[in-house]
This record gives sequence, C-alpha cells and structure tokens, in this order.
Amino acid sequence: MLGVMNTPALPAALAEIVDDFQALTEPERLQLLLEFSRELPDLPDRLKDHPELMEQVVECQTPLFLTIEKEPADGAAPDSVHLFFKAPPEAPTTRGFAGVLREGLDGLSAREILAVPDDMPDLLGLTRAITPLRMRGMTAMLGRIKRKVAAAAPRQS
Amino acid sequence: MPYPVEQNEKFTAYAHPERLVSTEWLAAAIEAGALDGGRLVVVESDEDVLLYETGHIPGAVKVDWHTELNDEVTRDFVEGDAFAALAAAKGISRDSTVVIYGDKSNWWAAYALWVFTLFGHEDVRLLDGGRDKWIAEGRALTTETAAPAPGTYPVVERNDAPVRAFKDDVLAHFGKPLIDVRSPEEYTGQRTHMPAYPEEGAMRGGHIPTAASIPWARAAAGDGTYRNRGELEALYLGEAGLKEGDDVVAYCRIGERSSHTWFALKYLLGFDTVRNYDGSWTEWGNAVRVPIVKGAERGTVPAAR
Repeated sequence: MLGVMNTPALPAALAEIVDDFQALTEPERLQLLLEFSRELPDLPDRLKDHPELMEQVVECQTPLFLTIEKEPADGAAPDSVHLFFKAPPEAPTTRGFAGVLREGLDGLSAREILAVPDDMPDLLGLTRAITPLRMRGMTAMLGRIKRKVAAAAPRQS
Repeated sequence: MPYPVEQNEKFTAYAHPERLVSTEWLAAAIEAGALDGGRLVVVESDEDVLLYETGHIPGAVKVDWHTELNDEVTRDFVEGDAFAALAAAKGISRDSTVVIYGDKSNWWAAYALWVFTLFGHEDVRLLDGGRDKWIAEGRALTTETAAPAPGTYPVVERNDAPVRAFKDDVLAHFGKPLIDVRSPEEYTGQRTHMPAYPEEGAMRGGHIPTAASIPWARAAAGDGTYRNRGELEALYLGEAGLKEGDDVVAYCRIGERSSHTWFALKYLLGFDTVRNYDGSWTEWGNAVRVPIVKGAERGTVPAAR
C-alpha cells in the first residue's frame, strides 16, 4: 500500500504504472519503458489517413502526434476520453512515454484526466536515466492532452 | 594492435581515411571474428536512450552520451578514472580499434568519438552512414545486449586543449574562422533551438560574431554518409571561406551537431587545429557581456573591451 500512499491523486491505472516503475531498479525501469513503447497501439484507420486531425508535440525530440476523442456520458456512465498517439519506431523513448499515458489515462473521464498532477512524469523515477531534457517531452505530452481535454469538455462533465 | 584500415576510393581522397569505415567493411570484419578478444569494439551512441535496446549491430555495446560521458555535478565530461572504468566495462582496451555509430547521421556517434579523442584514444573511427544505413541495407541486428569481457584501460587524464574550446578561448579566437552549424533560423536569431526540439532556454537568439553558417547536415549525403572530399571542400573552403592551415572553432547549441562538423574538418579535410566549442549557444547565448550578431550577416570582430 506504500505506493498508493505515494500517489494518492492518480487514477488507479496510472497509479499502478507508477508503482510498477518505482518498484524497479533504474535499468529495469528503462526495460519497462521499452515494453510500453512496443505496446503502443497503431492508429485506427480513421486517424491514419487524416494526419491533420493530430496535434504535434513539438517539445518532444522526435515527431510525436496525438489526439483525443471524447464519448459523452451515457446514463449512469460518465463521459470517457480516448487517447491516440503516433510516434516512429526509431523513437522508443517517446513511444514509451506515449504508451504509459495511453495505458494510464485511456477511458477515464475528462474530470479524472484534468486532475492528474502536471508533474506526474517525474514520479516514474526515470529522470536520471532518461535525463531532464528527454523528460520534458513527456511532461509536454501530458500538458497537451490536458489542454485538449479541457477544450473538448466543460470542466464539470 | 589497431585493426587494418579500410581502403576505398571515397575514403582515400580524405585527409585521414583511417577514421571512417563503411558498413560493408564492418559487416565483413564482424563476420571474420574481429570482435573476439576486443581487438575491434563496436559502440552505438544514439540520441534516444532506448534505441539500442530495440535492435543493434550484433556485438555492439552502448554508450549513452548523456548519462555515461557527462558529469552532472561539474557540468563537464567525466574524468580519466570514470572514463577508464566506462571503457573497460564496454570491453575497450587502450589499444582497441573502436568503431562508433548511431542515429541521425551519427550526431551522437561523432560526439562520443570526440569525447574519446579528449582522452587520446588512438584508434577510434566512425561508421559512415551510421545506424540508418546499416538498417537500410538490411544488415544483421540483434536485441541481445552485448556482455563483453572487460577491457584493460589505464586512467588517462583528459586533454581538452587540442580539440575543445571554452568560452574564453572563443573570445580570444576572434579574427580567426568560426563555423556555426545550427539551422539558419537559429543562426539569424529567429529561434534559439532546433525546429521540433524543446526550447533550451537561451536568453538571446543570434550567432557568434563573424561565424559562417554551414548547417551540419550539409556535410551529409541523403544516406547519412559524409559527402565526398570535393563536396566538402566546396562547402567549407568555398562557401565558408576557410583556408588551408586555418585554426577553426565549430559550435552549435550543445556541441553535438558541431562534433559532426568537427570530424569533417579535422579528419576528412585535414585541418590540424579544429576545436569544438561544446558550451555552444546554450552558454554563449546566455553569457553576460558577450557579444552576438542577429540576422543573416556574419558581422564583424567586436571591439576589445
């Protein structure tokens, strides 16, 4: 339960990922990030053919594009946000960050995503191994996701 | 004992052909067992810290420019003892032939090679075309991390002076040629970082007075190999106006892109005195009472103060 106490404000899936990273040694964390990069799903066809629907995260060192889609609340079920990323295979670090955010945030409500602390990437314990410069890309990714979610949904959904 | 030097028409025209190897040559050397016993060591050095893990040349070891070559406390490169430990752990001995390659036309590979040069490692070469060419040619890759037998590496004191310039060296260098290898937008001051790269926090945009603008990538062909001697001469002797025997300083934003140009000037064109100013724009753009020039003109030597 220690990990949960460390990360009280995170949604469950994201908190679990953070705990996984924190439980590992530094080299193992890099391996885990590599696994996330491999698991990042391809874009659905409707986005593959429409790059103009994606926004580039210029703060990343390699080309990374992202977009969100929001499903409205349905009866008792709250609204949910889906995340889509595109990053080339020769950019595994960037892809890994995208994979963490997708697995940790996809399907959550706009309110839950907006509540994620902006410095959440620092919790992964990668700053030394990845370097602050490379970490900045992930923080920027999260920032852009939150900005897009905020623009797509009124805060009280 | 150094591994034999590659002979081919393109390389022979260069001043120091022994500093490059082709993908064909490396593949044949590996095939012939050159990696056994650490006589030849292949090093991958990339911008992306995980790229090696996605697949690399069989037997190659990884050196990460940021976490292994830098000392984060002194904001300097590692010292002799740390370098000796690093080299030995990678299976490198003082007399090993080291071939370095990497992503992005060998930016980081050239940077790593330059750091090896600070420690006077005698036989260190670049794989012409780097990682991308090797992959484009469909050559062998593995995800198996190499675990070489440790090398024997003495503690050698870093000798910066011949190939590294500090800010004060650059201030004293005015009147002699400088090459700015950043993008035209960075040179003019329109922006302080590469397109699509994070803002690095330089206070001012522009270039060091009198520096010629020759973006680094112009020294590379479409496949990431270095351009041939004639093309490089047209670029640096023609366009930049360098003359034989010139004492040259190259810089970029943090010293990695200018390592690529440093290599071309030093080993391919044969300038004896070429230094890389690794403080580069990140330092110069922020330094107090240090002059810059904005716009596309090179500008003039600033008056001494």
